[in-house]
Formats: sequence, C-alpha cells, structure tokens
Amino acid sequence: MIDAKNITFTYDEEEPKKYVLKGLDLHIKRGSFVAVLGHNGSGKSTLAKTFNGILLPSGGTVYVAGMDTKDETKIFDIRSTAGMVFQNPDNQMVAAIVEDEVAFAPENLGVEPSEIRRRVDECLETVNMSEFAKSSPSRLSGGQKQRIAIAAVLAMEPECIILDEPTAMLDPKGRSEVIKTIKELNKSRNMTVVLITHFMEEAAIADRVVVMNHGRIEMDDTPSKIFSQVEKIKELGLDVPQVTELVFELKKQGIDLPSDIITIEECHRAILEKLKKGTKND
Amino acid sequence: MFKDITIGQYVDGNSVIHRMDARVKILLSILYIILLFVIDSIALYAVFGVFTAFLVIISRVPFKYIIKGLKPMLYILIFTAVINLFVTGGETVLWQSSLWKGLKITKEGLTIAVQMVLRLVFLVIGTSLLTLTTTPIMLTDGIEKLLKPLDAVKVPSHEIAMMMTIAIRFIPTLSEETEKIIKAQKARGADFESGNIIKRTKAMVPILVPLFISAFKRADDLAIAMDSRCYNSGKKRTRMKQMKMTWIDAAASGVMIAFSVFVIIIQRF
Ligand SMILES: Nc1ncnc2c1ncn2[C@@H]1O[C@H](COP(=O)(O)OP(=O)(O)OP(=O)(O)O)[C@@H](O)[C@H]1O
Ligand SMILES: [Mg+2]
Repeated sequence: MIDAKNITFTYDEEEPKKYVLKGLDLHIKRGSFVAVLGHNGSGKSTLAKTFNGILLPSGGTVYVAGMDTKDETKIFDIRSTAGMVFQNPDNQMVAAIVEDEVAFAPENLGVEPSEIRRRVDECLETVNMSEFAKSSPSRLSGGQKQRIAIAAVLAMEPECIILDEPTAMLDPKGRSEVIKTIKELNKSRNMTVVLITHFMEEAAIADRVVVMNHGRIEMDDTPSKIFSQVEKIKELGLDVPQVTELVFELKKQGIDLPSDIITIEECHRAILEKLKKGTKND
Repeated sequence: MFKDITIGQYVDGNSVIHRMDARVKILLSILYIILLFVIDSIALYAVFGVFTAFLVIISRVPFKYIIKGLKPMLYILIFTAVINLFVTGGETVLWQSSLWKGLKITKEGLTIAVQMVLRLVFLVIGTSLLTLTTTPIMLTDGIEKLLKPLDAVKVPSHEIAMMMTIAIRFIPTLSEETEKIIKAQKARGADFESGNIIKRTKAMVPILVPLFISAFKRADDLAIAMDSRCYNSGKKRTRMKQMKMTWIDAAASGVMIAFSVFVIIIQRF
C-alpha cells in the first residue's frame, strides 16, 4: 500500500546535517494496522507527511498504491488514496456545519452532487455522528470533532488512513471513541491504518508496531514482541503499556509469566492460571 | 467578548425565508440596505419597522437571536445618538445648557439622531436575518456566484468566498481562545479593568501576542489539512448543495421590489 524506499528528509537544505529522516525503509501492507511510536522529535509527523506528498523526501522515493509521490500529475489520486487526520481537531476543520465539512474533500475532487450527498451520509453513519450532520463543530466534544475529521477523510474513499496523534488532545472518553472508530474501520472495512501515537495502550491494538528513533526505524515487530523488550523501549524514551510493566516487574520477582502480554484480558488470564497452578503445586 | 456576534450563527428552520436562494436573499438584502439610506422621514421609518417586523415573523427566527445581534451594538448606538444630538446645528432649539450656550439640542439634531439610530438598528436586524436564515456555506457560495462575473476583471471570487467561510468557521474558536488567554493572564495578576485608555490598551498586548501566535499556528495546520483533502482553489470544484431558484424567490423579489417602489414614491412626494 505504502512503500517508502530509503527516504531521507531535511527541512533545511542549507544545513544537510540536520536530517530529520535518515534513510528509512518501510513497507505497509494493504489492510494492516501499523502503529508508529517514537520520542518527541523523532520524525514521526515528518514521515507521515511524506506519505501523501505534503512533504517530498529529499532522497529516496515514497510509493502510494504504486504511485510515486513526486509525480505531480497524480497528487490528488495520492492524497485521496492516503487520507490524513491530524492532532488538533479544531485546526483541521474548514466549514461551520458538520455535513459541509465532510463534503469538503469530495467537492474538491469534483464528485457529482448526489454522490457527495451519499458519501456524506454514509461517512457520518460510519463514525456514528449522523445526528449531528447539521450542527456546528464548535459545539461538539473533542472526540466528536475528531470523528468528524475522520469522516471528512473517509469521504474521499481512501484505501489508507494515516492518523497523526489523533487522540493527543482528547479526554479518556474521546480517546476511546476515536480508537474504537479506527479499529472498526480496519477490522470491518479492511482499511489500511497508520496510527502515530504516544499512548502505548493504543499501539498495543495494532498488528504491527514501528518504533522510530532520531529519524531511523529502531524496532519493527508485533506489539507483543516489541513490548516484551521493556528495557530497550525505555532506553528509547518510551513507556510500555501498564500491564506489560506489571508482568515485567512480576517476572523480575521470579514469577514465571509469558512476556508477550499486552492486553488487560491476557494479563488477567495469565495471572489467574498462575495462581491456580501455584495452589495445585503446594 | 465575541460571544454575542451573531454573524455565522445559523438558526435551522424551514420558513419561506430559509428556503430562499442565497443569491436572491443577498441581493434583496442589499436592496433593503440601500432603501434604508434613501428614506429620511420618521413616518417612512415606521413603515420600514412594520415591514422588518413582518420579515422577522415569517422567518420564525426566535426574537432573542435578533436582540442578541443588537447587544454588541449598544455602545455604538448610544455614541451615534449623542454625537448627532449635540453636533447637528439647527434653528429650533429645544434645550440649551445654562452653563455653556454651545451645548444645545435642536429639533433637527433630535431628528437626525433618531434616524441614525433607527438606520443602524434596521441595518443590523436586516443583515442578521440574512445570516441567521442562511447556512454559512450557502452564504459564501452565494457571494461566490454573485462575484463570479467579476472574475473577468481578476476578482478572485472563489478565494474571497473561501476566506469568508474560514473566518466564519474560526470566530467561535478564536473567541473561546481569547477568553482563555484573558483568564490565564488575569490569573497571573494582569489588570484589564483599571487605568486610563492608554493603560488599558497596553494591557491588551499580552492578550494579542499569544492570540496571534496561535492563529498563525492554526492557519498553518489548516492549510496542511486542506491540502491533504485535495483542495485546489476552486478548479473543477463541485458543490453538494446546489442552488436553485423557485417560485419563493420570484414571490420574495416581487414583494421586495413592490415595497421599494412604494417607499421611493412616498419619499419623493
Ligand atoms: N516545519 C518545520 N521546519 C523545521 N523543522 C521542523 C519542522 N517540523 C518539524 N521540524 C523538526 O523536525 C524534527 C522532527 O519533527 P517531527 O514533528 O517529525 O517529530 P515527531 O516525531 O512528530 O514529534 P512529536 O512527537 O513531538 O510530534 C524535530 O526536530 C523538529 O524540530
Ligand atoms: Mg508529531
């Protein structure tokens, strides 16, 4: 779906030493759910912006569904294939009415009016916001605004959706609404998802986690394999999900638990089993 | 501070005024404003008042929205009234200050003051009625369509409309932000209420600086978000909501034109 081949990037051509991306290869498979982690300034947002041609790599090439992002004639195809949702829900809304906001992208693409109407209704339904079609976004909660932003991108009928810290400014309720929506898109629509996040619990639900460090990919594996390396993750300036931390500490105390636990349910089951076994052995 | 601004506040409804074509509504509003500046007799203002009340009633916009639109105008209205009352010269003196002979109220001054205030009030009611019954997108689309012929003389009609759309969209966001900054500065001991005008103006600086910085950041983010959704300044752009004129527009134009002719005839004789 997205294929980044040895890309480098600098904001400042004058001082090429300050490369933000330093030769990075990444292949994102169709239908996969990839989480991208990394400390502040590691280049996550920059990488995301090269995925839809907002930024062009200084060296190397990015292909989106086989299209080179440097190809200016395909730029609208690229942007409507790889939709992008940003961190601040207020700063990405153009219109003062929800349904006009969702209509913005297909209007830009020159879609027929009746088809735009159909897409707007369908996309609002998808994110569970149909009842707010005629409201003003300024009256909605952060989580609702962010779901509108997702609907506004879905209206382009993209194959892939890239979200740059979509939950960073939300309260826990808004965060779980948004994550549920994203997960649903990936599971039921087979939408390719790239989720940049600082929340380890969010990364844990992905199929694959990519950890960035100073413009390079440092780790790239399944969430359970990544989070079982607690010490290395901490070295990279990140945290692990709370349950992983718990298991890690228990193991240090000599309690033998599988190290690839990342969800509360898994942890719950493993500890229960351990306790049962423990009582049997005594 | 900006909470009372009703521009861009749309009140959903299905009245005949709501169902009018935005273009027709804008043109008729312009006619309404021109008319307002043509008339200058108190009797005609009374007629105008009745007509405006009629428009408000058939629009079924709750009266409180109309009042809300007038509230931020209060000081301007008082200022206009006072200035016109005392500055306008005239023959028939109604009242004169015993301390200073120059300070007097004349019949002419009183008439002009009342007229100016009524003009402003009707102006605000008329324009609020337009924005309260038209969705912001329809309003800006209407303006874009009306300006389209001027593209030939390099008027960027689409860009103007887009700028207005974004401005309307960001009024509530920026007003919320302003309030937040004011509160934050107050919490740090800033004083906006005391002192003379210069001192108070100076006190605004710590509000404006962060406000501008954040507005630029927002503009930057918005530009990227728009680019990401294939924005291409109006080339081959379509619209979800198509504008079309119906019998309502024909009827409304008829009523408005008849009213204008009536007013102008009375005004002339
Ligand atoms: N527009 C810009 N101009 C110049 N330098 C920039 C610009 N945007 C980002 N940078 C720099 O590039 C580096 C990587 O930034 P980037 O925003 O990609 O990091 P990030 O991983 O998304 O960080 P965060 O977690 O804070 O969002 C940082 O050192 C940053 O200062
Ligand atoms: Mg970032």
